[in-house]
Amino acid sequence: MRKIGQASGEHKARAARGLTRLLGAGLGLVVMVVSGLAQADQLNMPVGVTDISRQVYDLHMNIFYICCIIGAAVFAVMLWSIIQHRHSAGYKPAQFHESTKVELAWTIIPTLILIGMAVPATGVLKAMYDTGGEDMTIEVRGYQWKWQYKYLDEDYNRTFDFFSTMSTPQAEILGQSAKGEHYLLEVDKPLRIPVNRKVRFLVTAEDVIHAWWVPDFGIKRDAVPGMLNELWAIVEEPGVYRGQCTELCGKDHGFMPVVVEALPQDEYDAWYASQLVAEKVRAEALSKTFTAEELMAKGEGVYGTFCVSCHQANGQGVPPVFPALAGSDVVTGELKGQIEKLLYGVPGTAMQAFGKQLDAADLAAVVHYTRNSFGNDVGDIVQPRDVVAVKDGE
Amino acid sequence: MANSQENPNYYVPESSWYPVGIAAAVFCLILGLGNFLNDIKSGGDGSLFMSLLGLALIFTVLYFWYGTVIRENESGIVNTQLKKSYVWGMGWFIFSEVMFFAAFFGALFYARVLAVSWLGGEGGKGITGEYLWPEFKPEWPVMTNPNPELFPGPAENMQAPSTASAWAKYLPLWNTVILLSSSWTVHMAHSAIKNSKRGAIKFWLGLTVLLGCIFLVLQAEEYIHAYQELGLTLETGIYGSTFFILTGFHGFHVTLGTLILAVSLYRVFRGHFNHEDCFGFEAASWYWHFVDVVWVCLFFFVYIF
Amino acid sequence: MSEVVVGHDHHDDDDHHHGPAKGIARWLFTTNHKDIGTLYLWFSFAMFLIGGCMALVIRTELFEPGLQFVDPEFFNQMTTNHGLIMVFGAIMPAFVGLANWLIPMQLGAPDMALPRMNNLSFWILPFAFGLMLSTLFMEGGGPNFGWTFYAPLSTTYAPDSVTFFIFAVHMMGASSIMGSINIIATILNMRAPGMTFMKMPLFCWTWLITAYLLIAVMPVLAGAVTMMLFDIHFGTSFFSAAGGGDPVMFQHIFWFFGHPEVYIMILPAFGIVSAIIPTFARKPLFGYDSMVYATASIAFLSFIVWAHHMFTVGMPLAGQLFFMYSTMFIAVPTGVKVFNWVATMWQGSMTFETPMLFAIAFVVLFTMGGFSGLMLAITPADYQYHDTYFVVAHFHYVLVPGALFSIIAAVYFWLPKWCGNMYDESLGKLHFWLSFVGVNVTFFPQHFSGLAGMPRRIPDYALQFADFNMISSMGAFLFGFSQLLFMYIVIKAIRSGKPATGQVWEGAHGLEWTIPSPAPYHTFTTPPVVSDSNAHN
Ligand code: HEA
Ligand code: HEA
Ligand code: HEC
Ligand code: CUA
Ligand SMILES: [Cu+2]
Repeated sequence: MRKIGQASGEHKARAARGLTRLLGAGLGLVVMVVSGLAQADQLNMPVGVTDISRQVYDLHMNIFYICCIIGAAVFAVMLWSIIQHRHSAGYKPAQFHESTKVELAWTIIPTLILIGMAVPATGVLKAMYDTGGEDMTIEVRGYQWKWQYKYLDEDYNRTFDFFSTMSTPQAEILGQSAKGEHYLLEVDKPLRIPVNRKVRFLVTAEDVIHAWWVPDFGIKRDAVPGMLNELWAIVEEPGVYRGQCTELCGKDHGFMPVVVEALPQDEYDAWYASQLVAEKVRAEALSKTFTAEELMAKGEGVYGTFCVSCHQANGQGVPPVFPALAGSDVVTGELKGQIEKLLYGVPGTAMQAFGKQLDAADLAAVVHYTRNSFGNDVGDIVQPRDVVAVKDGE
Repeated sequence: MANSQENPNYYVPESSWYPVGIAAAVFCLILGLGNFLNDIKSGGDGSLFMSLLGLALIFTVLYFWYGTVIRENESGIVNTQLKKSYVWGMGWFIFSEVMFFAAFFGALFYARVLAVSWLGGEGGKGITGEYLWPEFKPEWPVMTNPNPELFPGPAENMQAPSTASAWAKYLPLWNTVILLSSSWTVHMAHSAIKNSKRGAIKFWLGLTVLLGCIFLVLQAEEYIHAYQELGLTLETGIYGSTFFILTGFHGFHVTLGTLILAVSLYRVFRGHFNHEDCFGFEAASWYWHFVDVVWVCLFFFVYIF
Repeated sequence: MSEVVVGHDHHDDDDHHHGPAKGIARWLFTTNHKDIGTLYLWFSFAMFLIGGCMALVIRTELFEPGLQFVDPEFFNQMTTNHGLIMVFGAIMPAFVGLANWLIPMQLGAPDMALPRMNNLSFWILPFAFGLMLSTLFMEGGGPNFGWTFYAPLSTTYAPDSVTFFIFAVHMMGASSIMGSINIIATILNMRAPGMTFMKMPLFCWTWLITAYLLIAVMPVLAGAVTMMLFDIHFGTSFFSAAGGGDPVMFQHIFWFFGHPEVYIMILPAFGIVSAIIPTFARKPLFGYDSMVYATASIAFLSFIVWAHHMFTVGMPLAGQLFFMYSTMFIAVPTGVKVFNWVATMWQGSMTFETPMLFAIAFVVLFTMGGFSGLMLAITPADYQYHDTYFVVAHFHYVLVPGALFSIIAAVYFWLPKWCGNMYDESLGKLHFWLSFVGVNVTFFPQHFSGLAGMPRRIPDYALQFADFNMISSMGAFLFGFSQLLFMYIVIKAIRSGKPATGQVWEGAHGLEWTIPSPAPYHTFTTPPVVSDSNAHN
């Protein structure tokens, strides 16, 4: 049997020449296309605005080029052989079928290439794991289907928190009105962080697994209920950065965007101070007495943020999974019953315990709203203290 | 095809209704069971009728199926090559069972070594416990769960005692003794077959079945004790979960093994098995040894450590 | 070649030899490996169409931004069932069907080792998939938690039908385990005299190793769903941190099964391609021994790389590094395979009949899928790729022009042996080109949408992904409908068509080509003589 490379000398030379030419042309083409692609940002990974994201981008491009080169070489040999070694061209088959030398070569060389890739990858990964030394900490908590951002002080105590829910109107999704520029990637209240600070994120979830991802920061981490993950980022440019939940988390998984606004330090400080004030106002509202109109207005807002996704804007729900609130016995019945449903949820169903997410004022408002909307007409006025009473009564 | 006794060819059986029969019966069992469980979950009474019917059908078909296999074997059309196929079949089946238990042991180790310590604020992801579950203490067996309201912990656990006198009253120890000796008795039965001592076969095999039954009774006793006196149930968090799933599936396998051995015993009384050909019995005894090995692992990792 | 052993198998003294029973009873009660192979193949094709229709629902909804055709809840059910049906209903049974048809003929065995159990392995499947599909019509809908069914979405938050889903998985597992036991017993025990291990066709080798993988991991999957069942119905807390468990534990157990599973879907494909390329290159397979070792290494490595699907769950650094290195290393044995195929083609004398076209496309496109796999293996980069369409593009490249193309190639390659007629070559070539173009138009743009940040499993997307999704959807329809042509070609060949010779292909070697076409109902009831000329090379 002929071993590889025992083809006649002239033939070999011709093959080699042709092959080199083909390889060269293929490579040139690939490099052209590839570098074109790399520039168009809708086609490629974003370079991002953190040191880490840039390192990741470089890593990505380097492996990509290596793969392209190996691919071009392998496919060129194949193509050459397909064109030259055709039966129809009268080519007589060689009979070689092994060569230890060649086999060794194509085991060892790829191994070396892989090691070459693994070394920088290890470096980047280590850099990512370099937590600690942070300037501030924010808890990121995934809910079906929204994010909660809780700003923590040095002792991990909450200073204030808020929910961040998608703000794209249903009409745009259903094609009833034109889609805006940031369709599906916009929220009512973005997370705000200062630039050039090491911000540490503690990522967890309330119900199912979500994943928090900001492509421009080069970070993504699963939010696992009951478990905690750490992430960090130093954002170098102010701006609005958009991402999405990337772990299937149920019906509205596609509708829980992540929006982060990186602000210059002074703007951030001003905003932070205003949040502390708002927090005080909120705390005071718990003991306030509202008018029916105030409650309706506030309640509509809460309902629109927290309840519509399941019970729908018209209160009709999506039976049988999500019951209608319009005409529901619970909603039109005794007040305490409904407040309990909201505070503690219905375990084992999608109806969560909102007692943790909404304060008494919000709860009172939304209860009031549901009792007096969608054709429901109970007429009583629900105050925050009613909710507090139910809470403490337990 | 080759039905004549002299044929040296590999025996390929005629077409047969048993396989579809079993498939349909399994379907019946599973449909019934699924409906039953869902009914119970949504507060209904649930009926097991359909699944029991399915189970009965499975046993019926199996009865015919094994009857046919035994008849084929007795009539001598099964050549040595086919017997070897049965041997490979049984061997690889046991390997699949090993991997089934491996999943549960894996869960046990993962929970003990990683999850519980992270939740308790230790190890690589200890921040989880520090931040989310500050009250939770990492210990094994876990007696107080991270969220004791959702998952109230057990009052006591099944861990091996420390004093010698308590050991003497420790059921798992006696269960170990029983199972280990049953492995030995089944081995004795095997030797008896090899030596063509019919009486001895019946004695040792009968003893093995008896030991299997005693084991099961003690195991049931232990479960009752756990549920009624120790407050240790499936619902008491990860310790109860791993404890019952491992011992429960083991117990289930012991039940099966005992049943298979009992069938073998019956066959011995019918005059089956001889020193040259007793694979039906050997398969049962391998299964039994396997169940035994699983128990030893259980005894070490579930009860002692 | 064909002069060697034909004649041993036809009716010598044995007048019990008879053909198949008549009517439906033949298919219900059969113990014949060829019948069972046929059952498996048709079943898997039906599942492919059903799973494909689900893919078309997905692609229709994603044709443009906005919610048009289905609501998100149903979309999730489609994604989930598409994945499950393609993996467990289309690809795996198709390979088992091919194994049934081919392994006994390639080894010179009269049938599979345990024929009745063989029939049982098949008949469980229609029941299992019937049950699974029926969940779509149950109250609350069918499985909607992805084919990876991560807890707690699949436990506490799942629709009630999850109970039936769990049992369906149990049944599929039982079927796979029995099927694999049969294959292993056949290969270990039923080889004709002289058919040593290193003379076996590579399809037998790859299936032997695949069967081993299956027996090792299907029970683990069964364990995982059993724990789910307990969490759902019996109050355990395996996957709930509140009770001391961990949702991530589910993922570890699932992927310990799941990663070997993806190699279960590719190793038999390697075997098929290793049979087809030498045939049409008219040249022995290059590096037979190293092919065997590479397959074994891939199988071994597949057990220690599972967590590369979970880089973002937050593992300690050492774990991340270990799984990154081990995953990357799989490129080496896989590369050996690719290089061997290319070396087989090198200086061959090639013709390009349909099976060869599909095999060549396999090598090229699978390699591309492998490259994107390698990129995914780089942990820091995977943070950006994970759960985006880049992953979807990766696995469709290895599964569709990978596993599926190899199956199609196998059908074209062996169909004349099975039914005795040649298929229509020009239609076959047309089918190839439509599929080749279709598959690339469908899945290539998904690389871009993924890199640009489109998450997977979403029914609606931001505007910047619109163009690529539209292209992808059009490709999907092209590719999908081309498969109806495939069905037509196969049926046409079965019913009419030029009679095939025993050897069928000029360059074919191996025992299955030494018997007449169509292969008699019973083959090799007396073991053939294995000589160098009818072994694989
Ligand atoms: C047939 C199925 C199949 C096959 C063969 C593979 C092969 C590989 N896969 Fe893939 N994979 C899947 C099916 C498959 N995969 C599926 C279904 C998923 C998604 C599951 C889900 O989440 O739903 C997935 C997801 C997946 C992930 C997780 C991504 C994520 O979710 O974030 C990763 C990460 O490492 C990965 C890696 C790899 C690697 C390294 C290979 C390697 O085996 C590839 C090796 C091949 C080559 C590299 C090409 C040929 C080699 C050469 C020419 C040699 C020279 C090359 C070099 C030295 C570079 N795969
Ligand atoms: C194993 C093999 C396999 C195969 C062959 C395919 C084939 C296809 N897949 Fe899929 N796919 C998976 C395995 C597979 N897939 C997996 C595992 C997932 C992950 C699921 C998850 O996230 O949980 C997935 C997910 C997945 C997604 C992502 C969904 C999401 O994240 O939301 C998409 C989207 O484009 C997709 C598309 C397609 C398409 C267009 C095809 C095409 O190739 C299909 C072509 C075939 C047809 C279109 C059928 C032809 C039929 C007709 C033309 C109708 C005729 C009708 C009758 C006669 C009744 N698949
Ligand atoms: C994630 C989905 C989801 C969200 C968001 C949600 N609910 Fe529900 N809700 C449900 C489900 C499911 C039930 C049915 C529970 C059961 O089976 O009893 C329910 C039940 C109820 C009921 C009892 C109705 C009845 O007739 O039994 C009330 C009242 C209610 N929800 C109010 C609200 C309010 C107010 C909000 C917002 C603050 C809200 N829900 C948000 C899913 C949701
Ligand atoms: Cu939250 Cu997906
Ligand atoms: Cu994998």
